Amino acid sequence: MEPGYYVVLAAVLFTIGAVGVLIRRNAIVLFMCIELMLNAGNLALVTFSRINGTLDGQIMAFFVMVVAAAEVVIGLAIIMSIFRTRRSASVDDANLLKY
Amino acid sequence: MHASAYEVLASAASGTLSSFWLLIVIPAASGGILLLLGRRADRWGHLLGCASVGVAFVLGLVYFFQLGGLPATDRRATLDLFTFIQVAALKVDFGLLFDPLSAVFVLLITGVGFLIHVYAVGYMADDPKRRTFFAYFNIFVAAMLLLVLGNNYVMLYIGWEGVGLASYLLISFWYTRPSAATAGKKAFIMNRVGDAGLAIAIFVMFANLHTVSYDGVFANVDRFTSGTTLALGLLLLIGACGKSGQFPLQAWLPDAMEGPTPVSALIHAATMVTAGVYLIARSNPIFDANPTAQAVVAAVGAVTLLIGCIIGCAKDDIKRVLAWSTVSQIGYMFLGVGLGGGAYALAIIHLLAHGFFKAGLFLGAGSVMHAMNDQVDIRRFGGLWKYMKITWITFGVGWLAIIGIPPLSGFFSKEPIIAEAFDRPGWAGWVLGFAALLGAGLTAFYMTRLFVLTFHGPERWTDDIKHPHESPPVMTVPLMLLAIGSAAAGALMATPVQDWLNPTVFGVEGGEVPEHVHLSHTVVTILSIAITVLGGLLGWWLFRNGTSLQEQPAGPVVTAARKNLYGDTVNETVFEKPGTYLTRALVYFDNKGIDGLVNGLAAAVGGGSGRLRRAQTGFVRSYALSMLGGALLVAVAFLVVRLG
Repeated sequence: MEPGYYVVLAAVLFTIGAVGVLIRRNAIVLFMCIELMLNAGNLALVTFSRINGTLDGQIMAFFVMVVAAAEVVIGLAIIMSIFRTRRSASVDDANLLKY
Repeated sequence: MHASAYEVLASAASGTLSSFWLLIVIPAASGGILLLLGRRADRWGHLLGCASVGVAFVLGLVYFFQLGGLPATDRRATLDLFTFIQVAALKVDFGLLFDPLSAVFVLLITGVGFLIHVYAVGYMADDPKRRTFFAYFNIFVAAMLLLVLGNNYVMLYIGWEGVGLASYLLISFWYTRPSAATAGKKAFIMNRVGDAGLAIAIFVMFANLHTVSYDGVFANVDRFTSGTTLALGLLLLIGACGKSGQFPLQAWLPDAMEGPTPVSALIHAATMVTAGVYLIARSNPIFDANPTAQAVVAAVGAVTLLIGCIIGCAKDDIKRVLAWSTVSQIGYMFLGVGLGGGAYALAIIHLLAHGFFKAGLFLGAGSVMHAMNDQVDIRRFGGLWKYMKITWITFGVGWLAIIGIPPLSGFFSKEPIIAEAFDRPGWAGWVLGFAALLGAGLTAFYMTRLFVLTFHGPERWTDDIKHPHESPPVMTVPLMLLAIGSAAAGALMATPVQDWLNPTVFGVEGGEVPEHVHLSHTVVTILSIAITVLGGLLGWWLFRNGTSLQEQPAGPVVTAARKNLYGDTVNETVFEKPGTYLTRALVYFDNKGIDGLVNGLAAAVGGGSGRLRRAQTGFVRSYALSMLGGALLVAVAFLVVRLG
């Protein structure tokens, strides 16, 4: 199969994630969109690794996964505590940190 | 006249003389103790202050006789205590020199100083800061002794600055009075002008000879070019003019009378203001090497002695008259040191005699002020002789001494200077001689006016004075001792002091009889006595019935004299006003230009960032959008660069 298709798939997935981040308010959904973007990035890394015949991209993808996992743990904890105090999971409600 | 080159004598101090550094340390330590202990020393501070100077005087006498016991050719003792500064080629020892010239100054400073200290115990009795006063007084004495005992110009300079500091502190001692604070600043600033001259002179010596010690400089005077000796002479003269209140730096001295009267007596009459004379007398090899510099010194002296006399005639403030008289008498000393040769010693003799009679006159004035509720206007005195007999008699002795009535001291000290001025060849002799002679007549006039208006004639007191009283013994005893000194010192000192100073310090052989160029000594003597008596009689005749209580309108000459011959006006127009305008312009430029630029920049940055702050909305998704936009922008830019 042509590796180019995977790049296109990664781009499509990334776009879906980015648009999701921009248009959705629910923090959990936002989070899933970010994961989608990260994994689109992983897919692109692995594909390029395949195209180039080196392992650099695959190793990089592992790092991204580790970071994403750690980020999920912290992010979910933050969302939990915000939800507990404000009874809302909307990111637009948490707008106190501004000018 | 004297061709003997300066000889460096091996002269390390030995025996008792090796401890003459104590002269400086004792008053300095006493001053330090009084300042450090603060109020704890209030009860006995004045006693310690007097005692330290008294001890210094006794020590001074001991060292003086030790020095006198040595053979005339090696009457000098040096002490190198430690190396003070050592940087590359510059090496300055903390070195002291006790020679005949230093010795007479030491005796004058500690002797007259001690009497004035004792007097100040009574004069300052009611002042809450009497202890501070004595601390400053002691520091002054220590600095003055360092000035005359140093064996190089840097030591002299330290003492020079030390006495300047003490003078400033004591002039503005009553600093809550604006006039006293201003007078202190004026004295300090005008002195700085002179000090700059002295400092540059020291730099020139170092640049040329790599030494600043008296021995090192004087032994090598012939290595200077004539331009250098002229520059050195003039620079030293500027320093001397600043410290001694000579033209054109004379304006600070009369204002210095804002200080307590003992300060006027000790610092601004007897000792500190004569430091300029000391400087020139000490630097005699430099001045001897350049007749032009000498002539300038003599001219400055002659001009100043006339300025002092003329202004003294027009003043109504007892202390100001005495102050201008000091300016004038120091003018005589400058004339003396400017004439050179044998006249150096004459100037020093006049300096010593002046130390006695002027200190006595100032202390007498203080005693009068004490009786008259601290008033100083001689128009409101009169008839005091009945009420304060001791002050009257002692002041009278000082008055006769300063105008030069034989056999009092002023006659023996002033008249030879006049004669010596006439002995200068050419027209200069006539000009200097007549200036000095005219000065003698004017001195007699204004001093008689002062004396008659204060002690004789009708009583013109203000209403608040009922019973003037004589001062306590602690003040009158110093007055009596100074009066004895004023009366006797001239006749006793004249010849011995010449024999004492001339061979060692000034290189003039004894028994040299100067040739009389214009007038013989007898003629000069008769002339000077005649003009003195004439001036005195005129002063008595005009003021025997008192004077009007208010200032009367007067002609241009008297008005000019009342305004200090416009000396202050000139300083104001030439130096002060342009300086003020310059600083005002600079302040304006600083406020509007520099500050405007800096403040404008800050305001622009502040305002701009205030607007940019609005972009921080707090909505996460708007940040996400801007990040995406940014990332896209980078990606597009990247593509354009790669593909375009």
